[in-house]
Amino acid sequence: MTTFAEQFPIVFQALNVGFIQTLKLFFVTLIGALPLGLIISFGSMSSWAPFARIGRRLAAKNGPSKKSTFFVEFKPISLVVKLVIWVVRGTPLMLQLLIIYYFPGLVWKNPVWGSGESGRFFAASVAFIFNYACYFSEIYRGGIQGVPVGQTEAGQVLGMTGTQIFFKVKLLQMVKRIVPPMSNEIITLVKDTSLSRIIALQELIWAGNAFTKGSQGISGEIWPLFFTGFYYLVFSGVLTLLLGALERKLDYFRA
Amino acid sequence: MSVLRINNICKTFDKDTVVLRGIDFSMEKGETVAIIGSSGSGKTTLLRCLNFLTQPDKGQITVNDEVLFDAADPATQKEREIRKKRLHFGLVFQNFNLFPQYTALENVMLASELLAKEQEDYRHNKKEIHERLLEHAKQLLTDVGLKDKMGHYPHQLSGGQQQRVAIARALALQPDVLCFDEPTSALDPELTGEVLKVIKGLADQNMTMIIVTHEMAFARDVADRVIFMDGGVIVEQGPPQEVFGNPKHERTIQFLRGYNNVG
Repeated sequence: MTTFAEQFPIVFQALNVGFIQTLKLFFVTLIGALPLGLIISFGSMSSWAPFARIGRRLAAKNGPSKKSTFFVEFKPISLVVKLVIWVVRGTPLMLQLLIIYYFPGLVWKNPVWGSGESGRFFAASVAFIFNYACYFSEIYRGGIQGVPVGQTEAGQVLGMTGTQIFFKVKLLQMVKRIVPPMSNEIITLVKDTSLSRIIALQELIWAGNAFTKGSQGISGEIWPLFFTGFYYLVFSGVLTLLLGALERKLDYFRA
Repeated sequence: MSVLRINNICKTFDKDTVVLRGIDFSMEKGETVAIIGSSGSGKTTLLRCLNFLTQPDKGQITVNDEVLFDAADPATQKEREIRKKRLHFGLVFQNFNLFPQYTALENVMLASELLAKEQEDYRHNKKEIHERLLEHAKQLLTDVGLKDKMGHYPHQLSGGQQQRVAIARALALQPDVLCFDEPTSALDPELTGEVLKVIKGLADQNMTMIIVTHEMAFARDVADRVIFMDGGVIVEQGPPQEVFGNPKHERTIQFLRGYNNVG
């Protein structure tokens, strides 16, 4: 098969299959990481300080010291969560993919992900969700802490409950703040899905690359790879428009 | 009977920053009290204590003979009840703190609607209650001179207009005592007049008010009583003509002289 017209339907069909896998990974990551990120952000903002009382008693008795300050400011949940965020954001997603995929089989001798394409997809989803949740959590944290404390106080003096203040006063202001940085991450995620190729997930680039080596009678062709770029462009273009519309929708107020 | 009585309110921050060193005073219904004093004298902290935004270390707060807060009695400090107790007071902030995503009208209505939803008969009279609150909110905004700005969002309003919305918002819940924390300090000089006029109007209607302010002329004009605070204590208090015209305490004299020199 040599002519472009003959190759096109075969390549198009294969790329579509790959693109569906890409889309699946994209949406699964979003559905998992958006809520998980919020939970992680609450963890990193946790002010639970189990020894604060001891520290304050020490400071009251002997005056403030390094020891008493440590007790007062020791917040284990926040500390552990921040450490995890640092590790996840500080190492390559590709490395995390490889470790998460191979670790159970090699170390526990128990390949929990299962075999074949579904196993690879499962492992990739876990890696992507966790990685992106950590990035999202920092965006959420910025959004939550960015709402001025005066908004909470205004709600309080008007007799509103904590829940009412969160949902009726702060939530929309947070959303407005996080939409632009969130859009950035979401557009990046579109392209990052291709990293899952490292564990041979049969996503879009994997599908295009197959025709450079040889697949279904087509080999040594570069144009299918170029064509995958077209998919990414269109998809990220659509997302840019959607997220831009959301941003404009929240433009009616300033926060 | 006093509307408000506070006894021996003390507050220390971070173990060693003493902000309030035992404040006592009481207010009659319809009285307007202006609190003056330099920055750091504890005026704002006192207002925050009254509104339960800051918890005093010592002292009692009594409204209409009901002890709302007693530092020695944990039963008066339950979070759930503090929320209801706050409703005895209103607070107008220095920088307005309007909710930016709501229009002027929605800002005024939000809290009263949420409170109405907690009433048992809300479901049956939903429409009537909403109508009533809407009318009330519109009336309040009209009273502060913003009849034609009800549908505007805070960022579309000037500072003076925003502060007037904030006053209407505080009035919507019909507090026993309305507190102002330097209501004109964040405003351009040419915008302070419209806000002060609204507050003056409230004083004329015998609203019970505590006004922390740096506007000495205004304090003199509007207040029934002026309190001068310094270093966390009430140094001197009395009718404005006395405190301004014939201050007795050395620190009051110094403070007022500073103002006369500037203004």
